[in-house]
Amino acid sequence: MKTFAAIDVGSYELEMKLFEYSAKRGIKEIDDLKKRLDLGTEAYLTGRLSPEKIDDLCERLSDFAKVMKTYQVEEYVAYGTSAIRDTKNTRILLDLIKQRTGISITVLSNSEQRFVDLKSVASMKETFQETISKSALVIDIGGGSIQLSLFREGRLRATQNLKLGVLRLRERLLRLNAGITKMEGLIEEIVLAQMDVFCKLYLPEKEKVENIILIDDYLAGIFRNPAVTHDHPGFLPTKEMEKLMGDMEEKNLPEMARALEIPQDQALLFFINAVMVRVLVRTVGGKKIWAPGMTLCDGIMYEYAQKHKLISESHDFEADILSSAYHISKRYMGSKKRGETLEAIALNIYDTMKKVHGLGKRERLLLQLSAILHDCGKYISMVNLGECSYNIVMSTEILGLSHLEREIIAYVVRFNHTPFQYFHELERTTTLTEEAYLIVTKLTAILRVANALDRSHKQKFKDVKMQRKDNRLVIILDSDEDITLEKGLFKNRAAFFEEVFSVKPVIRRKDRL
Amino acid sequence: MKESSKYTNPEYFTNRELSWLLFNRRILGEAKDVKTPFMERLKFLSITSSNLDEFFMVRVASLKDMVNAGYRKKDIAGMTAKQQLTAVMADTHDFVKEQYNVYEKQLLPGLEENGLHIIRNHEDLTSNQGKYVDHYFMEEVYPVLTPMAVDSSRPFPLIRNKTLNLGALVKKKTGGKELEFATVQVPSVLPRVVVVPGDVENQIQVIFLEEIIERNMGKLFLNYDIVSSGPFRIMRNADFSIDEDEAEDLLKEIEKQLKQRQRGQAIRLEVEKGMNKQLIDVLMKELDLEKEDVYPIAGPLDLTVLMKLYGMEGFEHLKEPGYTPEAVPELPEGCDIFSQIKKGDIFLHHPYQSFAPVVAFIRRAAVDPDVLAIKQTLYRVSGNSPIIAALAQAAENGKQVTVLVELKARFDEEHNIIWAKKLEQAGCHVIYGLVGLKTHCKITLVVRREEEGICRYVHLGTGNYNDSTAKLYTDVGLLTCNEQIGEDATAVFNMLSGYSEPRSWNQLSVAPLWLKDKLLYMIRREMREAKENRPAHIIGKMNSLCDPDVIAALYEASAAGVKIDLIVRGICCLKVGIPGISENICVHSIVGNFLEHARIFYFENAGNYEIYCASADWMPRNLERRVEIMFPLESEKCKAAAMHILEVQMRDNTKSYLLKADGHYEKVNRRGMEAVMAQAQFCKEAKQDAGAGQKGGNDRVFVPREHVNSVE
Repeated sequence: MKTFAAIDVGSYELEMKLFEYSAKRGIKEIDDLKKRLDLGTEAYLTGRLSPEKIDDLCERLSDFAKVMKTYQVEEYVAYGTSAIRDTKNTRILLDLIKQRTGISITVLSNSEQRFVDLKSVASMKETFQETISKSALVIDIGGGSIQLSLFREGRLRATQNLKLGVLRLRERLLRLNAGITKMEGLIEEIVLAQMDVFCKLYLPEKEKVENIILIDDYLAGIFRNPAVTHDHPGFLPTKEMEKLMGDMEEKNLPEMARALEIPQDQALLFFINAVMVRVLVRTVGGKKIWAPGMTLCDGIMYEYAQKHKLISESHDFEADILSSAYHISKRYMGSKKRGETLEAIALNIYDTMKKVHGLGKRERLLLQLSAILHDCGKYISMVNLGECSYNIVMSTEILGLSHLEREIIAYVVRFNHTPFQYFHELERTTTLTEEAYLIVTKLTAILRVANALDRSHKQKFKDVKMQRKDNRLVIILDSDEDITLEKGLFKNRAAFFEEVFSVKPVIRRKDRL
Repeated sequence: MKESSKYTNPEYFTNRELSWLLFNRRILGEAKDVKTPFMERLKFLSITSSNLDEFFMVRVASLKDMVNAGYRKKDIAGMTAKQQLTAVMADTHDFVKEQYNVYEKQLLPGLEENGLHIIRNHEDLTSNQGKYVDHYFMEEVYPVLTPMAVDSSRPFPLIRNKTLNLGALVKKKTGGKELEFATVQVPSVLPRVVVVPGDVENQIQVIFLEEIIERNMGKLFLNYDIVSSGPFRIMRNADFSIDEDEAEDLLKEIEKQLKQRQRGQAIRLEVEKGMNKQLIDVLMKELDLEKEDVYPIAGPLDLTVLMKLYGMEGFEHLKEPGYTPEAVPELPEGCDIFSQIKKGDIFLHHPYQSFAPVVAFIRRAAVDPDVLAIKQTLYRVSGNSPIIAALAQAAENGKQVTVLVELKARFDEEHNIIWAKKLEQAGCHVIYGLVGLKTHCKITLVVRREEEGICRYVHLGTGNYNDSTAKLYTDVGLLTCNEQIGEDATAVFNMLSGYSEPRSWNQLSVAPLWLKDKLLYMIRREMREAKENRPAHIIGKMNSLCDPDVIAALYEASAAGVKIDLIVRGICCLKVGIPGISENICVHSIVGNFLEHARIFYFENAGNYEIYCASADWMPRNLERRVEIMFPLESEKCKAAAMHILEVQMRDNTKSYLLKADGHYEKVNRRGMEAVMAQAQFCKEAKQDAGAGQKGGNDRVFVPREHVNSVE
């Protein structure tokens, strides 16, 4: 039996869930501690946490540490989200916390955090698969921002982050000095302005979504109440949600707090949250809403269970990543055929070179993504293709990739078109680690050769055989096609490849063997 | 008028102080009852006396505060503080008269008959006896006395709360007409009852210490002549913050207006009947008392002295035979408690069943290598508590021990602090209650790491973790490893330790936020059933009922046709028999040898009955200002056991009173029925069950007793 703790240092709440795993009972939640602590407001406004806040935070985390000790927890993961991320002195802060509480916090980027959130919902295996089978929009509401992720036919299409977090909105509304009655209109205005773009991009009129999946801290509580959701805990038809909201709006904040059994100072956040959800649902459609009430901690557990193979996976997150990449490519008018060819050749080289490059499955996926996204920048500039592709990848979130992984892809697509930069040249402008840099190098070498082999964009090399013989990579061309164009560029690209792998790529026609 | 306000008319409520006085009268009833073993009658009279003392120190003091602060808000029965005080004073004067009537007319002759003669006045001593007591005075008493005289140069001395004193008017022997006041405290370190040699065969003769001192007063004030003397006793406004029962706004009011308020102000003066008027006047003037605060007493002051007589040897045949709590069949001595609990929930009924298994549960947890943590709330524990020792040991064994110590328990503060410190030294995590809330729930959680994972064992109870009072108070408890209750128990302690904010609950209802709503919900659920003409029934057993919302809900339910049986030991602000309001409500009240203390609630719930037990009474302070827990009984066996308690108590026709529409209580009329005495029956049953358990039959079958139609 193992015990594991998942800690979420959120922007307005700290949570720790404790789980145990045994072969007999599987994974079981054994304790759940929640403590409200508004870190977000200070962090967003000033980029720092006041000493008092840090004291509070450390005290709470020390409590958590005590509880971990009680359960003899062997492993834990602690994630910090937007509030910690938004501090300017993050590293100092994290060290301080570590020294005072013994807890090491890892800061997640937004897309990493949202991915863990998504995993928390995906942990509800069948229900999740069923809900996304046609189409579904995942609305993930945080303190700083909200994340909208669109699923079609069971696959992730796109994800977007909007700066509409409840804490941020509250600050904005309070600054506008808006009373509760005026707030509703204001929230609607703010939300609609941003949703307009989102809908134009992803939701043409005929493609309203079927289901809404809601990840939040307020409505989920109501959705747990069997009196509200009857036989389907967690689910509510949109119409009933509207009715519920109507009832809620007739109450003032203290009444609302009492009805919801929440502290009064939270009632306003609840209200903002609820109005926002209603506006979103009205905009994107959706027949029913599912709020399973999962939190980041459940996602952390899922991630841990995946890593240790404690669960069978029911959702293919890599397929989601690829699906998202295809849609990004499509959005920037990438050629599907060309992408597929490049992908096939690159992977062929990758697999053939396996013993030499020593990289694994995950890096193979990164290569595949680099191939898919290799020319997205063309949409902006045919000349500055490399730079533009780099920028697009860096600013487009892909749920399922870590920030570092996305950066690797961005560099690979960049160096596919621009001169390669060595680490000492790059060091000053990048956050890449040395290890990641080496991956960039290897993947770039492969992609460049693959790109050269498809120079004419005629898919001549799509299904060629490759062999590695000693320090040569032999690419065997099975046809009489003219490969003058390919050969012209090949020499140059091959040199870099050789530099990286000490293996020289050569093209041979089959008959010559 | 809104529909709901129909049930909140102040006329439908009894003032809680007056209701409390009725409760004390029921105890007095036991002292009067010739069926009560004679020495027990002394005990009951003594209890009424100590009860009344506490009532004065806390409740009357509170009323006086309100009057002084000009607090205008009316109580549940629409009475102002002034009106309440007037009514209470009138009633207590009456009550005290009745107490001494019982003493004088019934108990004294009874004592005499049984060979105990109390020499009431020192003047009645024979010369031999006189010599004896004078010798006793000089040898034993005189050295510990501190006589004090008052004159212009010496201020009026501090007369301590609740102590017995002798006051005297004295005159200087050297002449002068002026009378001075002198006083001496009857020392509490010496026994108040002094046996004197007698010359009557088979008779013990005693005299009270104050008489001996009075007889020798002259020796204390050698330069004075004693003009007049007599015993007196005062009660002071207890020196702790305002009673938690009062509303918060009152607190503020008093803080505002009475910043200078004198704590410890005298509020009652008891004097021997016939005491010199001048002497009384001195006391009244010095203590700043009104005439209504003075109680002339026709007998010995402070009847708690009767407890001393009760304790005298040689009268065992006149007492209720002592009862030794029986073993719990499911938990024979030396068993593996954890595996026994695993077999099924275990219901405990104290004091009929021993409290030892609860102590054993914690002791076992303290040494069990698989136990990770023990968490417990402690409210009032006995001195030298085995529980405290076990918890300390657990901490020393490396377990995580969390103890919530409630320091606000009335009268016990100092005592609590000592053992709390002891626990801290042993390495326990001691939490000193929550700000603004008294933690009154009784819950113990043992977290154990077993093969299949974490398992939580929980004990929930209606009474304190006090092994001494568990022999006198009737309480119920539950030992369970139900997962949902385990999760809730964890959440309770996470909340109490400040680790986590409260969340929603599986099984437990927790005050102050959730319990009352749940209660009201269940009452209304019965009401809906009744409105649909389906059977609906509520039975509630508790110590006090005075929450206006709950009472209004009960009225509404009664009006809708719900049958409501209440078994309320003490205060009951609800009235029965109001046409259209409370005709379906019946209030029983049992005063027995054991103090009725359990809270058990039954709801018919459309034939699928639910039974809950709780640490809370249906009082605002319990439901709104304390952390309390109400827990459901889930297993059929436990439900049947609790139901049996309610049924037998409702059938009690020996110690049970019924509340009448005119607001008075009357003993149940047995009308030739077979006598049922709940407490005695439970004793008998516990014995039978324990015997069955020891024979190896672990199955405890509860056969519902035949229904006897005795209560109406």
